[in-house]
Parts: sequence; structure tokens; C-alpha cells
Amino acid sequence: MSAIKIQIDRLAKSFGQDGGKVRALADFTLTVADGEFVCIVGPSGCGKTTVLRIVAGLEKADSGRVDIRPSGAERPLNAMVFQEHGLFPWMTVEDNVALSLEMRGVGKRERREKVGFFLDMIGLTRCRRHYPQQLSGGMRQRVSLARALMADPEILLMDEPFAALDAQNKLILQDELLSIWEGSQKTVLFITHGIDEAIALGDRIVVMTAQPGRIKAIVPVDFPRPRSAAELRADPRFGALELSIWRMLEDEVRATRARTEGRAEGRA
Amino acid sequence: MRTVTQERALAILSPLAVLLLWQLASDAGLIDQRYVPSPAAIAKAGWSLAATGELEKHVWASLRRLSIGFVLGAGPGILLGIVMGLSRWVRAALDPLVAALYPIPKVAILPLLMLVFGLGDASKVAVVAMSVLFLSIINTTVGVVQLDRIYFDVARNYGTPWYRLFARVILPGALPTIFAGLRISLGVSLVVLVSAEFVASNSGIGYLIWSSWQTLVVENMFVGIIVVTILGVLTTFLLHECERLLVPWRQI
Repeated sequence: MSAIKIQIDRLAKSFGQDGGKVRALADFTLTVADGEFVCIVGPSGCGKTTVLRIVAGLEKADSGRVDIRPSGAERPLNAMVFQEHGLFPWMTVEDNVALSLEMRGVGKRERREKVGFFLDMIGLTRCRRHYPQQLSGGMRQRVSLARALMADPEILLMDEPFAALDAQNKLILQDELLSIWEGSQKTVLFITHGIDEAIALGDRIVVMTAQPGRIKAIVPVDFPRPRSAAELRADPRFGALELSIWRMLEDEVRATRARTEGRAEGRA
Repeated sequence: MRTVTQERALAILSPLAVLLLWQLASDAGLIDQRYVPSPAAIAKAGWSLAATGELEKHVWASLRRLSIGFVLGAGPGILLGIVMGLSRWVRAALDPLVAALYPIPKVAILPLLMLVFGLGDASKVAVVAMSVLFLSIINTTVGVVQLDRIYFDVARNYGTPWYRLFARVILPGALPTIFAGLRISLGVSLVVLVSAEFVASNSGIGYLIWSSWQTLVVENMFVGIIVVTILGVLTTFLLHECERLLVPWRQI
């Protein structure tokens, strides 16, 4: 294993006021190696997004710490690929992709030049003047990905980026992400609902419990790389792994369901 | 494409048809010319008013008050709205004030404004500005509050400094709602301006309409009504063009 990149130590976080306080996250400890692709799966509301937001610095933990080892190069520590609505509707595709440059004060001409490579990479050069709402969901998430890569961060944080896509587009984008990532040596934290997605993409899978989110298990995925998300599914070990992770999650999902139903009845 | 052309043709033809019917009904004696003169008579009156330069004087007087008042109301209104939208403390402090002052018919405080600003243009400008101010505050606040918080997260994640956050995220994000407010403001400010000119002015389209009524020159009264209608259509069109320019992503 290579050097440690992210060290997350006993993270805890609650939301809400004293009365209706909800513990989102408890005792979350994880070490991520440099260049590793780690997926986090868990039932809805288990605090997986919270982990990501804390690592991104968008949220403060109640206790515990996140330690990121910078490489020393002059580049942002992290860039996040948000869920479906993360693009600015009032910016064209190229302006959205060039966001990190614009915010750093890079001039318009230089931005236009630099953005070309990434537009090529996601195959949207023809749409550079389009606005996000003119694009399909898959194209939009490609733009989101290009925007994050344009920032050239040390860590790529991805918050269910493909959740809103249909199954076929999801497969295509997973493969695209794999081929881009395999050449980049970036560390990735990837949040997903999809067990199959986590297996196809990750080096390790962190399985979380229901509220408060704790780590239930960390499952290594040792399919060789380079991988193809589509071909991997034909491997019998893929199904076996998917089932074993589902067994771990099943109880947690049922627990979440029982709780929300209980709450609904309590209200009624 | 064909349908669009047909729609345009209809949009032009239907008002012309109304005018034609109106003229025919007048000629046939179905409409009492003492109350509602024929389109031809109105056009003639309009022509002679324009020839003496009187019409131009009134149009410019109204347009000047309208535009200055509009800008003086919308500018501070939008700025205040943004601050209120961003800070819940400012919002908590000013919301009740805005809620209390907004429903006051602005014409009702015209006498007060005349007391403060005098009988000249300033009081008319002020009454227009007051009408626009509150609508701008309310709509801008809503536009900023409604901004999806994910935009702020993205901006923070990409290291956006505050002035770029303002110029590239907050302002463009709220702009569609701001323009919705401006469109309503425009209609309201025309109403308020004409009413103010009825009672407290000796120039402007409102004055033209009112003084024509008092001297029973009904044709001139109708000229005033039609001119103010055209003014409304043109300013609305102008605002719409501004919106197309500044909010291009909404035009698709």
C-alpha cells in the first residue's frame, strides 16, 4: 500500500436543536491511501454525504478530525462532484467547467484554451456554449466531472454523481470515470447507493450502518485494473460480492425503514 | 414556422380589426361621438397635438419621471433585497417594516411627498420610486432566499471569493425573480405616475388626460389614453429585451 492520503479519525456529527437532535455520524474512522478509490455505501440518511462534506470542509464535525496530507504541489486539496443539480444554470458548459480557473482569477482567454482538453475528454466540445438545461442528465454529470478534474485536485469527492441517471448511462459514465481515473492517480471518495456501482469502481467498499452512521465493514474489492464496469458484471465473483454486501446492508435498510415508518405513525 | 407567422399576423390584425369596427360603428352612429370619438377623430386630434409640440412635452415629462423614479426605486430595492436575502438577521429586522409599508397605496402618501419634495418633478419621481422600491425588495429577497444551497456549496468548494460569489452566483441566480418584480413594478409605476399627474402636475400624460376631461376635449383625452398605452407597451418591451440580454439561459 502506498502512502496515507486521508486520515479520518472518530468523526461524529449531529444535526438539529437539542430537542430533536439527530445523530448523523458516530465514531467514523477511516484511512485512505494515496491514489486509492474508496466507495462508501449505506442506507439513506446514514451520514455518508456528511462524511464527504466534512472532508470537503463544507461542514464542521462535532468531534474527531480529518487529516489530509497535501502533496506540496500548488493545487486544491479537493474538488467535489455534486449530485444532479450542482451545475450553475446561468453558466455555459465551458464556464461551468472553467469555474475553478475563473475563481482563481485566470483570464477569459486562458480559460477558453485550458478548458478545451477537458471538453474533448468528456466529448462535449460541440456543446461548449450550451447551458446545462439544454443537456441530458448524463451530459450534465460529465460536465460536473470535468469541472472537478479541471481544478486538478488531489482528492476527488463524489456524492452520488450518477444516482439520477438511467441504468445504461450509468454504465457508460462509470466506465468513463474508470478510464479517466486510472490515468490520473487521484484519490477518490465515492458515495453511492448502488452496491454494484461500488464494486465496479472501488478498491475498497466502506459499508455503513443506519443512523447514527458507523462503519459496519470495510470490504476489499480485488478485481484487477483496468476494469470495465460492464464486463465486471459477468464475473461470478461480482454477484457473490454484491450479495454478501447486500446481506450486511439489508438489516440496516430495514432498520431505517422501521424507524421512518414508526415516525410516520407517531405523527398520524 | 408557418404557425409562428400566422400567430404574428393575427396579433397585428386583431387590434386593427377592433379599430375598423370602432370606426364603422361611429360612422353608422352606433356610438355617441360626444363620449367616444371615432378613431379618425382621435388620430386627427393626436396629430394636431403632436404638431404643436405639446404632446412631445407631455410624453417626455412622464417618461422622465417614470425612468428616474424606476431606477431610484429598483436600484436600492435590489441591493436591499440581496442583503435581506443573504442575512436572516437583516431579514428579521426589516421584514415587518416592509410588510407594513408595502400595502400602503403609494398615491395615498403623495400629499406627504409633495410636502417634503415640493410641487415639482421630485414628488412624482418619489412616488414612482416608492412603488418600485417595495416590489423590488420583496422579489429580490425571494429570489436570493430561493437560491438552492448547493450553489453556495459548489462556490465554496471551488474557492470562490465573496465578490465573485456575488457577481457569478447570487446575482445571476436571483435575476429571473428580480425581473419578475421589475415587470410588475413597471405596470404599477405607470398607474401611480398617471394618478399623480392627474392631481398634482401641469405636465405629463396624466395631466393631458385630466385637463382634457376638465375642458371636455374628449378627443385629446383619448389621445392621452392611447399614448399612455403605447408607453406601457414600449417600456415593457424594453424591459423584456434587457431580460433577454441579462438572463439568456432562461430563453431556451
